[in-house]
Amino acid sequence: MTHLRIRTPEGVEFTLPIAGPVSRALAYLLDFLLVVAVDALLIFLFSLLSLISRDLSEALLQIGLFALPIVYGVLSEWLWRGQTVGKRAFQLRVVDAEGLKLRPSQLILRNLLRAVDFLPVFYLVGGITTLLNRKGQRLGDLAAGTVVIRIPRLASPDLESLLGSRFNSLRTQPHLAARLRQRIHAAEAAIALQALLRRDDLEPTARIALFRSLADDFRAQVAFPPDIAESLTDEQFVRNVVDLLYRPKAPATTPPVQAQA
Amino acid sequence: MILDLERFLAQERPHWQGLEQLLNRLEAGDSLALEEARHLHALYERASADLARLATFAAEPESRRYLESLVARAYAEIHEARTTRTRFRFLHWFLATFPQTFRRHFRAFAVSLGISLLGTVFGSFATVVDPDSRHVTMAFGHDELTPTQRVQREEAEQTGAAIHGQHASFSGQLMTHNTQVSIGTLALGMSWGIGTLILLFYNGVILGAIGTDYVLDGQGSFLAAWILPHGSIELPAIFIAGQAGLVLAHALFGRGSNLSLSRRLRAIAPDLVTLICGVAVLLVYAGIIEAFLSQYHEPVIPYALKITFGLAELIGLISFLTLSGRQSSTVPAKPTEPTR
Repeated sequence: MTHLRIRTPEGVEFTLPIAGPVSRALAYLLDFLLVVAVDALLIFLFSLLSLISRDLSEALLQIGLFALPIVYGVLSEWLWRGQTVGKRAFQLRVVDAEGLKLRPSQLILRNLLRAVDFLPVFYLVGGITTLLNRKGQRLGDLAAGTVVIRIPRLASPDLESLLGSRFNSLRTQPHLAARLRQRIHAAEAAIALQALLRRDDLEPTARIALFRSLADDFRAQVAFPPDIAESLTDEQFVRNVVDLLYRPKAPATTPPVQAQA
Repeated sequence: MILDLERFLAQERPHWQGLEQLLNRLEAGDSLALEEARHLHALYERASADLARLATFAAEPESRRYLESLVARAYAEIHEARTTRTRFRFLHWFLATFPQTFRRHFRAFAVSLGISLLGTVFGSFATVVDPDSRHVTMAFGHDELTPTQRVQREEAEQTGAAIHGQHASFSGQLMTHNTQVSIGTLALGMSWGIGTLILLFYNGVILGAIGTDYVLDGQGSFLAAWILPHGSIELPAIFIAGQAGLVLAHALFGRGSNLSLSRRLRAIAPDLVTLICGVAVLLVYAGIIEAFLSQYHEPVIPYALKITFGLAELIGLISFLTLSGRQSSTVPAKPTEPTR
C-alpha cells in the first residue's frame, strides 16, 4: 500500500500512509464484536422493558438491532474524527480523500454503503475493491470520498537520549569532523540514524553486518587516524559519526579517564 | 551537511507546538478569536514552508512525518468544506431540503418510477398470460390461495385484530425490513445502477402480479383498501431510494459532466444522504400505518374509507414533494449538509 498524496494550494505536498486491508479487517472485526456485545446488552435491557410492554420492547429491540451498527459507525467516526474503537486500537483513521474536514454526509454514506461492500459474503466486494484501488478504498469510501489511513507515530526522535553525552573521540580531530560533515550525503546520514534508532530490533548478525558496512563506508570517505578509528567498534564509530552530523556542537562531555592520558 | 538541522528544529519547534495547541483547541470544538485565526494561518504557512524545506532533506523522516500530520490537520481546519456551521434543524431539513433535493434529481425519480411500472406491467402480463407464473412472481405466500379465498380468510380472521398486542413489533419489523431494502437499493447504485434497476423491476413485478391476480378475481377494492393506506407512502419511498441509487450511478458514469469521478461523487454525497434519510422517515410513517390501520378489513373499517385515506395521503405526498420548500428555493438550491 502506498501513500495518499495531497498538494495544498500553497504548493506544499504532504502524504498520509494508506491503511492495509489486514489492519482494516482486524479493526472491523473488533468493531463487529463490540456491536455484538452491545446487541446482547440491548436484548437484556429490552427483556426488562418487556415486563411493562412486550410489544413495545420487541419493536424497539427490532429497530435498535437494525440501527446499531450504522449509528455506531457514523457517530463514533464523527465524534472521534474518523475513528471507531477498532480503528483506534489499530491506529487507523478515516480521512477525506482531499485532506479536507470530514463531513457528516460522508460518514453516513460510507457506513450505509457497507450494504454493498459486504456482498455476497463477508466483505468480498469491498475487499476486492480495496485491493484494486490505488487509495485502498472500498465502494463506500469511493462514494463518500474517504480514505482510511494509518496514523503516523508523532514523536520526533530523541537525539539526546539516543546519543547521550558520552565522549566522542572523533571530535578530537575538528578538521576531519568538518570534512565528514561536508562529504556525507544527507540520505546516508539518515540511514545511519535510522540504523541506530532501530538497532535493538535487528538480528545480532544483521546488526553487525549493517554497522560494518556503514562504518566501512564512512571510514572510506574520511580517513581518521588509525588509533582513533580502530579503537572503536563499528557501531560505536557509526554512533560517533551520527553524533558529529546531527549535533554540530559538542554536548558537555565527561571524557573517560584513558582518553586524557 | 548544509542545513544545520538541530538548530533548524530547535528554532521551528516552538511554532509547531503553537500550531498543535491551536489545532487541539479547534478540534475540540473551540472557536478562535480573529487574532488567533490570523495567527493560526501564519503558523500554518510557516509549518508548510518548513515541511517543504524538510522534504528536500532526507535525514529527518520522523520530524517530517510529524510536520506532515500537523500540516494535514491545519489544512483540514483552514480549508473547511462546510459553508456554514448552523445547527442541524430537522424540520427545516425534512420540509425544505428533502423535497428540494427530490426535485433537483427528478429525472432519476422518473426513471426509477418508470422501471417499477415496467416491472408492474410485466408482472400483470405474466399473470394474465401464464397463470402458473404466480409461483415465481408472488411472494409472501400469495401464490398459495386465490385472492377470494384470501379475502374471505382475512375478513373472517381480521388480521388487524389477530395481531392485537403485536402492532408495534409488527410495525418495527416492517420499518427495518423496508429501510434495509431501501439502503440496498441506494447502495446497489455502485453497480452502475444495474442492481438498483433489477431491484426496482422485481419489486414492480411482484406488485403487478399480485394486483392483477386480485383484480381478475374481483377483489380489486379489497386490495386497494389493503395496500393504499401504507403503500401510498411506502411505494414512493422505495422509488425515492431507487432515485438515490440512480443518482449515484449517474455520478459514476459522469455523462455530461467534465468533473472528475471523485468531484462528481463529492457533489452528490449530501443529496444521497438527504434522500435516503427522507426515505427512512417516510418508511417509519408507513410502517406505523401498515401495522395499525392496513390490517383491519371490512366490516371493521369500510373499504371506501381506507381507499379515500390512502388517496388523500398520496395527494399529500405528491404536493409535499413538489411544493414544499419552494419559497426558499428561488435562489438556485445548493446541496446543503443534512446533519451536523
